[in-house]
Amino acid sequence: MFCRCEVAYFDPPNTHTCPVCLALPGALPVPNRQAVEWTILLGHALGCQIPDRAIFHRKNYFYPDNPKGYQISQYDQPLCVNGSFEVPGPDGDRVVGIERAHLEEDAAKTIHVGGVEGRIHGAEHSLVDFNRSGTPLVEIVTRPDIRSPEEAKAFLQLLRQTIVELGISDAEMEKGSLRFDVNVSVRPEGSDELRTRTELKNMNSFNFAAKGIEREVRRQAEIYESGGQVDQETLHFDPGNESAPPLRSKEEAQDYRYFPEPDLVPLEPAAELVDRLREELPELPSARVRRLETEIGFVLAEGLVTSGRDELYSRTAGDRQVVANVLMNEFAATGQDPAAADGAALAEAIRLRSEVTPETFREAVAASVSNPASIGLILENRAISDPSELDPVIDRILSANEAQVADYRGGKEGLLGFFVGQVMKETGGKANPKIVNERLREKLRA
Amino acid sequence: MIDTLRLTAEEATGLVERGEVSGAELHRAYLDAIGERDPELHAYLCTVDEPEGEGVPIALKDVISTRGVPTTAASKILEGYKPVYDATVAARCKAAGLPLLGKTNLDEFAMGSSTENSAYGPTHNPWDPSRVPGGSSGGSTAAVAAGLAPWALGSDTGGSIKQPASLCGVVGLRPTYGTVSRYGIVAFASSLDQVGPIAKTVRDCALLHRIVAGRDPLDSTTVELPETIELPEAEDLKGLRVGVPKELNEADGIEPGVSEAVNRTIELARELGAEVGECTLPRSVEFGLPCYYLIAPSEASSNLARYDGVRYGLRVESGDIRTMYERTRDAGFGDEPKRRIMLGTYALSAGYYDAYYGQAQKVRTVIRDEHDAAFEQFDVLVSPTSPTVAFELGARTANPLAMYAADLLTIPSNMAGLPGLSIPCGLSEGLPVGFQLIGRQFSENLLFSTAHALERALEFDFVPERLR
Repeated sequence: MFCRCEVAYFDPPNTHTCPVCLALPGALPVPNRQAVEWTILLGHALGCQIPDRAIFHRKNYFYPDNPKGYQISQYDQPLCVNGSFEVPGPDGDRVVGIERAHLEEDAAKTIHVGGVEGRIHGAEHSLVDFNRSGTPLVEIVTRPDIRSPEEAKAFLQLLRQTIVELGISDAEMEKGSLRFDVNVSVRPEGSDELRTRTELKNMNSFNFAAKGIEREVRRQAEIYESGGQVDQETLHFDPGNESAPPLRSKEEAQDYRYFPEPDLVPLEPAAELVDRLREELPELPSARVRRLETEIGFVLAEGLVTSGRDELYSRTAGDRQVVANVLMNEFAATGQDPAAADGAALAEAIRLRSEVTPETFREAVAASVSNPASIGLILENRAISDPSELDPVIDRILSANEAQVADYRGGKEGLLGFFVGQVMKETGGKANPKIVNERLREKLRA
Repeated sequence: MIDTLRLTAEEATGLVERGEVSGAELHRAYLDAIGERDPELHAYLCTVDEPEGEGVPIALKDVISTRGVPTTAASKILEGYKPVYDATVAARCKAAGLPLLGKTNLDEFAMGSSTENSAYGPTHNPWDPSRVPGGSSGGSTAAVAAGLAPWALGSDTGGSIKQPASLCGVVGLRPTYGTVSRYGIVAFASSLDQVGPIAKTVRDCALLHRIVAGRDPLDSTTVELPETIELPEAEDLKGLRVGVPKELNEADGIEPGVSEAVNRTIELARELGAEVGECTLPRSVEFGLPCYYLIAPSEASSNLARYDGVRYGLRVESGDIRTMYERTRDAGFGDEPKRRIMLGTYALSAGYYDAYYGQAQKVRTVIRDEHDAAFEQFDVLVSPTSPTVAFELGARTANPLAMYAADLLTIPSNMAGLPGLSIPCGLSEGLPVGFQLIGRQFSENLLFSTAHALERALEFDFVPERLR
């Protein structure tokens, strides 16, 4: 944020450092213009106001991951304030108020060796990797407008997709380039009071966050129902073990002694810059969810947009519902980058889907990214659909399983799958399951 | 034979340019002088034997980071620390071909007014070794006064260039805040720290200032100079309006001998053609010092947090991190840094911020406005630099408030971010008296030309009497 070191998450420790991010005596911060512009861009996406003047403050505290003994952050005059972010839901939008989005520098990474739970207290020794020290970090604070674990998850997924599409971060939780803390409180139905909250930390996936919130809501509700009071505390979850009870720490009222950073002058982004960045804003994911919802329904629309597959969807011809489903299932399973897929090849695979085996179809879907030219060849490997070829096999299976045939005819229709499986096995998976189904039903009816 | 006591940097530059003396010979001559006189004075914390560059050598205050050369800020906590990079001002000196002579002593982290707070022992005044050279840049001013360096860089937060320049009988400039890079300067109080030249003559100061001043992309608080620094030629002060702020010239504690020398100099300015008039800076002088002692310690408490034993400098090993921090900082910092860290931590604490740090910043605006008003009538404001001449070693060490009062007259204009120059204007009790000239922001050229005309007329002999 304040030096020129490269952001590199997985490089050997302490290979991207300089006098500034190591806090050598005399080193001074210089703000990263790109980071400031990107924060303003994000502010626009969050519907924020961009004040004429923002100020960096020093947040003072001692910790080995904080080399200067203070973190340069923003306090009462952040870059972005008073926003609102629309999260489409199945029954209309949830508008999540944005208190602020401010720019600060990330801390170094510490590894505590020995002791318990990887904490510094009781550790034999600690190691510090300053590669991450000084990486630009935006903190977004919402208002208490989210009402359920599902909403929280939907908000986070949409926010992540927005950040990724703006090109300002890869926002990958496993790298730590997206992290979030969730504050939870409960109240009786109909009440609008905000009661004591707890803060959930170490949430490293959307599902984990949703589960954590669910657990915490239950826990708080039980406390109130048994006549108790919720304590304000921080709960640290173990990302490796979802069912482990969280570690708790009381929130100490720490005095960070904020004061304006005297090494930096106030940020006064020019109105032209703020306007230009607003104009550069692309169509936001939330708007695209609303647009696609009319074609394919909310669930598929949200799924496509938050997974970044809606752009591929729009350039893949075919029945809209079918294309959306293929993208959310077979295509998702390939783990491939949707931007790299050939829409025409994918459309061809979908068009011929009913004439090939599921295996061939999956192969063709994967080839739409890796080798679109081979799609035609792959799809030529048609499934056996000719009844004159399939009937002898089916007859053989039925006569070899007379007991099951009798059971089926006696009402156990679930056995159809068993017969299909046998036929597929016999044909080495090459039979067209649709035709096999039709033929079996007909013969068993007889 | 090079007479380092008399040779000015400008003359030395001429000798080198004309090929009469090599840079290496100059460097050697100063090292010889250091070998001869520094054991008594202790102006240097370390010297550099191999000159890098063919120009006139320079001494740097030991808060200026020098690649590969120890930089301690006169603190135990940085004992043995060798920077991996050059401060911008050190790099600019190098680029101008000025080889480093050595690093000069100071009050620890530039906190003090006598250079007695150095963890490595005090510096003595070349005019009288039983007396202090002033501080915190006392090593740099003593080195220049004693012919141990042709010129030097110091740093000034509340008066740390002007006041020791005054006490050692040399010229020192505290530049306009934002004109000289602080990148690589061990920070004391970021909103006040400024690096400036110290030399025997005003022209030498101008030459050196020209080398180091100017915007630095590595220091966001620096700006482009609105005009280039000129070598002053002025012989008179015709048309100059000189203001004499009443409170800076009549403050309690100004010694009569100091007032006499300063008043004679004001008279001289009149003789040289200046229009002299009185003005007032009542709130600047009354509140300058107390507000300074809120702002500077507050920023210092934060700036000194990085000395935690984790990455460099002293570490006192201990079982856990908290105790390691405490023991390292207890062993590494002297009393004055500890006192200011405590004052500053208190002033920034929740519930006190508005009353102390916040309020002091507001007063700073008042001080700036008051100076602006004075500059509507006058071009330059003048006063004594220090209320007293050099005092005896040990005389004020037991009383921090008496020590803080040494900066009473330099602090107000520093708080306003204004440039100030101190030139020697005579002797009192055989010790130099400093004359302070304060200008508008970016008026260094005017300060240099005014001071140059006065310097010519004053004919002050900068070589300490006992060394002539």
